[in-house]
Amino acid sequence: MSESEITCKDLVELVTDYLDDRMPAEQRLRFEEHIAFCSPCAVYLEQMRQTISVTGALREEDLDQESRDAMLSVFKDFWR
Amino acid sequence: MEAALLVRYEWRVAAVRYAGDTELVQALRDGEEAAFAYLVDSFGASMQRVAALYVRDRAVVQEVVQDTWLAVLRGIDRFESRSSLRTWLFSILVNIAKTRGVRESRSVPFASIADDPESRQESVPADRFLGDDSAWPGHWAATALPEWDRPLERLLSGELRTLISAAITQLPEMQRRVVSLRDIEGWSAGEVCNVLELSETNQRVLLHRARSRLRDVIDRSGILEN
Repeated sequence: MSESEITCKDLVELVTDYLDDRMPAEQRLRFEEHIAFCSPCAVYLEQMRQTISVTGALREEDLDQESRDAMLSVFKDFWR
Repeated sequence: MEAALLVRYEWRVAAVRYAGDTELVQALRDGEEAAFAYLVDSFGASMQRVAALYVRDRAVVQEVVQDTWLAVLRGIDRFESRSSLRTWLFSILVNIAKTRGVRESRSVPFASIADDPESRQESVPADRFLGDDSAWPGHWAATALPEWDRPLERLLSGELRTLISAAITQLPEMQRRVVSLRDIEGWSAGEVCNVLELSETNQRVLLHRARSRLRDVIDRSGILEN
């Protein structure tokens, strides 16, 4: 990687560092400059964000009643 | 009131009452059942999913969760607030699940692919970029990357959901754990490092590989093309 420029190939490896805000300020600046001028990389970054949100949407929140009762019974047995 | 609605209501009341770890821990030490029910309703479903990252058998998942609750009740007097109650609880769960996972793997092996964070692995195949002999080495070979069409809406259809679930199952096990905890359970990087005992760098490498792989799977499937 040259001092002044990030290539597209470099950029795809830096996306997680960027999203987790784990980048030196100067590298962050170069990353954002690149995105501003490179449309495929902007699309790539957006697709990574979309990947994260669709993965997050897989979560199923509900605890079934049977499991819940079993878990609560641990407390009752413990304090008996 | 319907049972599920009642649980929801009780959970909200408890969320106010046990707003901080201090109140919650004290209530658990005092043997308040409502405090325990609050923990169950806050973390129970998540605990089942996290245990399933280590053990396959549904019955073993339940046992891991039950054993964790017992360990929490037995250990609450010794809990020191150096970590959050949640981190502490999940650390116990992961330790129990790991032990059970090792025992289980002697009979039912988890498909485990070697994954060394130190090794290099490309997020995008190298041939998608221009080579060193071109005028723009390292730039995209194609001038445009097609945008995805409304991924969250498409998730409802089920096809995308099935695709991503299957792709997560096929990830090397540490990648699968890290991406599940970060992106499905919504944990912070620090919390994942603490519970999985990973360095910050390794956590990030594993997460990056997993997310890049999932993006690639979605992209190749063509499901989100216009």
